[in-house]
Amino acid sequence: MSAILTKVEQRPMSFTLPVVGAAGAFAGIFVGAANGSTIAGIVGGAVLIAALAFIAMTSVPSDKEKLFRWAMIAIFAVTGLLFGALPGLIVGGLFGWFFGWFIYWIGQGRYRSHLVPYLTPGQVLWHYAFRVICGAIFVFLITPILVVMPLSFNAENFFTFTPEMLRFDPDGYSLKHYRDFLTNSEWTNAVWNSLRIAPVATLLSVSLGTLAAIGLSQSHVPGKRAIMAVLISPMIVPLIISATGMYFFYSKIGIVGTYWGVVLAHAVLGIPFVIITVTATLVGFDRSLVRAAANMGANPVTTFFRVQMPLILPGVISGGLFAFITSFDEVVVVIFIGSAELQTLPWQMFTGLREQISPTILAAATILVGISICLLTTVELLRRRSERIRGMSPG
Amino acid sequence: MTDATAGAGPNPQDAAAKAAEKPGPMLAADGTPLKKSLSRALRRQKLRALMLIAPLLIFVLVTFVAPIADMLFRSVENQIVSDTLPRTTAALDDWNADSGELPGEAVYEGLYYDMVIAEERKLHTRLGSRLNYEQTGLSSLFRQTGRGVDDIGEVYFDQFDDLNPAWDEAVTWAELMGEPNWVAEAKARAGNDESIPGFEMKDGIEDLLPRTAEMYGIFAEFTETEDEDSPIEEEPWEMVHVALYQDLVSQDVSGYDGAQADLLNEAKAAVGDFETIGFKDGFLEIEDDWGNHDIWATIKTYSPNYTNGYFLAAVDMEKTPDGPALRDENERIYGILFQRTMFMSLMITFSCILLGYPVAWLLANLPSRSANLLLILVLLPFWTSLLVRTSAWKVMLQQQGVINDVLVWLGLVADDARLVMINNQFGTIVAMTHILLPFMILPLYSVMQTIPPSYLRAAKSLGATNWTAFWRVYFPQSVPGIGAGSILVFILAIGYYITPEIVGGTTGTFISNRIAYHISSSLNWGLAAALGTILLAVVMALYWCYDKIVGIDNVKLG
Repeated sequence: MSAILTKVEQRPMSFTLPVVGAAGAFAGIFVGAANGSTIAGIVGGAVLIAALAFIAMTSVPSDKEKLFRWAMIAIFAVTGLLFGALPGLIVGGLFGWFFGWFIYWIGQGRYRSHLVPYLTPGQVLWHYAFRVICGAIFVFLITPILVVMPLSFNAENFFTFTPEMLRFDPDGYSLKHYRDFLTNSEWTNAVWNSLRIAPVATLLSVSLGTLAAIGLSQSHVPGKRAIMAVLISPMIVPLIISATGMYFFYSKIGIVGTYWGVVLAHAVLGIPFVIITVTATLVGFDRSLVRAAANMGANPVTTFFRVQMPLILPGVISGGLFAFITSFDEVVVVIFIGSAELQTLPWQMFTGLREQISPTILAAATILVGISICLLTTVELLRRRSERIRGMSPG
Repeated sequence: MTDATAGAGPNPQDAAAKAAEKPGPMLAADGTPLKKSLSRALRRQKLRALMLIAPLLIFVLVTFVAPIADMLFRSVENQIVSDTLPRTTAALDDWNADSGELPGEAVYEGLYYDMVIAEERKLHTRLGSRLNYEQTGLSSLFRQTGRGVDDIGEVYFDQFDDLNPAWDEAVTWAELMGEPNWVAEAKARAGNDESIPGFEMKDGIEDLLPRTAEMYGIFAEFTETEDEDSPIEEEPWEMVHVALYQDLVSQDVSGYDGAQADLLNEAKAAVGDFETIGFKDGFLEIEDDWGNHDIWATIKTYSPNYTNGYFLAAVDMEKTPDGPALRDENERIYGILFQRTMFMSLMITFSCILLGYPVAWLLANLPSRSANLLLILVLLPFWTSLLVRTSAWKVMLQQQGVINDVLVWLGLVADDARLVMINNQFGTIVAMTHILLPFMILPLYSVMQTIPPSYLRAAKSLGATNWTAFWRVYFPQSVPGIGAGSILVFILAIGYYITPEIVGGTTGTFISNRIAYHISSSLNWGLAAALGTILLAVVMALYWCYDKIVGIDNVKLG
């Protein structure tokens, strides 16, 4: 995408000034609101940025562009420092960096360089507006997760940013919720229970699920669709219904409130994920390899472990990770069929959210986000490896 | 091919000659017809595949499908009434609820015995709370009656006791009712503190004193199993005296010559002068409500072993003497709840399409390196714990939360008029849209990846405007993705429990929350099962559609 499709040329002032002025006004809303007068912020921002753009386009020689942009960052950062201490410095610096880039991007017409030359101005506008909309949706997707992290370092027992935190005052931050999480026996027991249940449930669903997926991938399986529908159903049936049914049935056979009851329930909930990922991997598996192995005298067990397993291993592992996270994250079923001694981490969080609101939950949440980032990275790497093995993608 | 048939059948030379004459079936290397050999190989292959699948299928059937079937069964099961009050319900069969009259003495008699037994087994309160779902007040009625039901028996017990104190002794009864050998052995062992053998009824006593034998049998069994005692050491309940009185009034006992025959004949002579109390009067004395026609109608309505009552309750109907009818306007809650669940799930699905479509389009049209990078932003929420995301939305949306703080800081909202965005429908819809959005983006993305971008360019070069090219060329090809994503999101949304429970308050809850309430708080399990069955039926119908349209094996998980 670095190729320049359209020749870049400087835009007329009648275009540059209103556009950057509008952007400046928008930024001015925030600065103005922070300092007491929104109107003054809008007008000031528009005038300031438009004036800077005028200077940049007319008086600054083109080889001094870099110098001009650094100067803008410095000026904005220092102004920010005067108005609002350390946070002001950072916000000001970011504003300076952004507007330095934005003035040149608009003024020099660089925004067109990646686009085909025949686009009308309206289409160009739509192209970027669309990206802004998508950006907003990504913000919607990510922000809630990001907001949790700084709040977990809150020094107060609040679920909200305190003025000290916004001033970047070190007193506003502390690790006390993490300390609570790691020392409070309620939380450590919950973590221990989760770690005791999830791996066993995962092992159960991966071993049974992989076998079944291999069976399902053979060419002549009677009633394949129906079997598949049954095996995927734990993912589809609402959890509350599964939990209700399991509660009644498991109490009949006397495993409600026991470790194995929860493990069995979690294993069955993880099975659809194993089936889906492993069958997806097996679609690309060349069955003639099995025949070749048999031809050279390998028995079915050897063939499975030496030929088939290494090739489908990425799929099996990601299925296992899915099953693990399902069990590790499951709360409805464990509430119904678990007992007080089997309280898992999600259960503890759920009770915490419903009854006693304590920011320790946010510490737990941040740690869980860390875990999910690790798992996600693993799964992505495995997926790419599996695609590379099968020659589907060059990367 | 065996020797036995060789004489009758064609010999190998003949067969070879025939094969040479006209083309017979093609043979495999071992001489069997190829067709047969192939079908055998195929059968073996099928069997092997099924054997690989079998362990998991059995596992899922036992740990998942069986529990759900059990729950479905519970939504119609109603054995508690006929199990607890077997005699009453049998007697009620002859009673016509429309007659407007109270049931006859026989029903009250049955009720007396049933209530005494239920009270001993502590089952009457459970029945009371079960029937209380259908008519309020029945719970306390059964509790009160359980406390007072012994009054009826006292009347007869006292008179037997006055007649001869031997009637208040365990041994008297054991000798009268028990097999003589058993009595002898039980007595001997009781004296030595050894374990006493199980009670055996005397032959012929059932014919002589049918009611007494039945009641004493129940008493003896209860004493042995529940109290772990022996009837030889425990004096029977007063209920047995009542039964004996009834038997003596109606039966001829002069032919009896076993143990305690004198005592029995003495009692037979005296019962004519006993002070009596009708069962009906006795019950009316304990609780006036037993003279209430509606209560009897309710018990009769719920006496069959299976009921559609829970399902009727789940759709805001109730049983009346004139058949099922809608409840009063102000008592209808489930219709509203189902409507709200539908409406909110549709809103969530729609918001997911609205937000997911542009993102999927962007991902599908970017070069793969940047698309993969952005895809991680979609997958991260997908992999993050549900509770983390829900608590994040609680942090964001509450009145002292991040969004309100920002709005106040910007001056868009006054500090004393912060927006209420949580514990209502808005909060649930926002949080669940965020949680389910990846399930929309991923199928959309995988469908859009297969649409060649050259189609759009071709449409535009033929003179279509941007909008026409999108709407007439691109959009129709992306509809399968929308379908797949929408059904998936809708199925997942309609049964959600955790998020509505935490951010939904009272107006933003789903039918699932009501099911959980009935399981854990009101303990009306039958109604919970009926609501669950309806929800499950909706989900299964959608699942079937999903399978028809998309195919379950095409579900994408990143």
